[in-house]
Amino acid sequence: MIALPFLGTVTSSMSGHYGTVLIFVLVGIVFAALALGVAKLIRPSNPSPAKMTTYECGELPIGSSWIRFNVRFYLIALFFIIFDVEVIFLYPWAVVFKSLFKVPGLGALVFWEMIIFLGILTLGLAYVWAKGDLDWVKRLMDRPAPQTDTKAAALEEEVPAQ
Amino acid sequence: MDALIALIQNAPGAANMSAQALHNTAAALMATLMFTVMALCAIVFTWMERKVAGFLQNRYGPMRTGRWHGWAQAVADMLKILGKEDIIPAEADKGLFVFAPILVLLGSLLAWAAIPWAPGFVAADLDLGLFYIFAVSSLVIIGILMAGWSSNNKWALYGAARGAAQMVSYEIPLALATIPVIMYTGSLNTQDIVIAQQGGLANWYIFRDPFLFVAFWMYFIASIAETNRGPFDMPETESELVAGYHTEYSGMRFAFFFLSEYANLFLVSLIAVMVFLGGWWAPLPLLDVIPPALTFIIKGVMMVFFNMWVRWTLPRVRVDQLMHLCWKVMIPIALICVLGSGIIQMVRG
Repeated sequence: MIALPFLGTVTSSMSGHYGTVLIFVLVGIVFAALALGVAKLIRPSNPSPAKMTTYECGELPIGSSWIRFNVRFYLIALFFIIFDVEVIFLYPWAVVFKSLFKVPGLGALVFWEMIIFLGILTLGLAYVWAKGDLDWVKRLMDRPAPQTDTKAAALEEEVPAQ
Repeated sequence: MDALIALIQNAPGAANMSAQALHNTAAALMATLMFTVMALCAIVFTWMERKVAGFLQNRYGPMRTGRWHGWAQAVADMLKILGKEDIIPAEADKGLFVFAPILVLLGSLLAWAAIPWAPGFVAADLDLGLFYIFAVSSLVIIGILMAGWSSNNKWALYGAARGAAQMVSYEIPLALATIPVIMYTGSLNTQDIVIAQQGGLANWYIFRDPFLFVAFWMYFIASIAETNRGPFDMPETESELVAGYHTEYSGMRFAFFFLSEYANLFLVSLIAVMVFLGGWWAPLPLLDVIPPALTFIIKGVMMVFFNMWVRWTLPRVRVDQLMHLCWKVMIPIALICVLGSGIIQMVRG
């Protein structure tokens, strides 16, 4: 019997269902620990300095990997936050859409209000699109190329992707 | 869940259990069952993947282990992985390195709590069901980022950064594609979504209106990207990034990533079935004899097969093409689907 008395207040205050989720977390951790524990009993353990090095295709690793990397990833994360919040706002609206649509005096207003909200955000998407921030390889702004070395200018035109 | 509680109540020695203890026991049993399903997913689908890949490439795939079409290949792999040495690089951030696979595993397991297998057979009957599934499956992204960063390996870091960028980007069309369905249903509860599709093929959400048909394909493409599978397997492009974010992982910890990957494959397929393809309802009245849970699983496995078919047919896309497809093609189309489906629902009243 698996009795979890300390879950009592949590489950009763969340009408049971989120208590189930909490039990899922616990069971997941137990199974993960169990699998790792069994593996620990069976597997060999012969660590050596060469084995513990960072894998870099057989070469000795050069420097740390904890470095700055392409700013593009941060931009994607920023766009994501904006649009994910938009989607989160859409969910409650979608749930009540049909029931509110039938309310006299509201009707299509429910729909068009959300369309205006989406329109504003789509304008934002159109803006970053026009600015070129959605391109993985962003062309640099119209920077005048130096006249002397055309070959170097051609190389500088595009920022290499990762 | 209620049936399970009643079953435990009638078990010997359980007569004087409190309602709370009964509920917790049933929940723990459900969680164990879901974990078993996850582990089975990894075993069955790795074998299936290799066979499908084999036949698509005009060869047999595994044939030896277990005699009959190499059915025991995945089991043998699992046993072998159990005995593999666990190597944690000296340079790695040990705490995060150890925690990451568990987080990825938890993210996959938690989402299973709200999957409606049959009428009334769902571990956590949440009012926010679908929203909850999308929310907890985002834990996988954090786990992947954590794994890549803590490995202190250049390949792992690239793979993790790419994976996170890809998965957060494709989460938007994925979630947007389900909005019209929620507008039709008026509920986020996973059981309500399935119940609303009762009454044969024509009532499945995919065939309700043309925009939902498009939304289904948006969901399908985004779900392939979410599970990091070909043609969108940027996070672990084996020809350029070795193995991506799990380059430094070995043994059981690697198995956790692997397990989570195949569990997520089945999960997104089941969500596609639940949201668009009628859940546990059979397509024809003739097929109503099949138990609902079995119908649900058969549909899910068919979606998994479709996923594999796509993976082994199409070549991998480039990173810039991937981002182009998401932000400039799929998000606008998904928004149009919401708009169009909303207008159709208003016209129909």
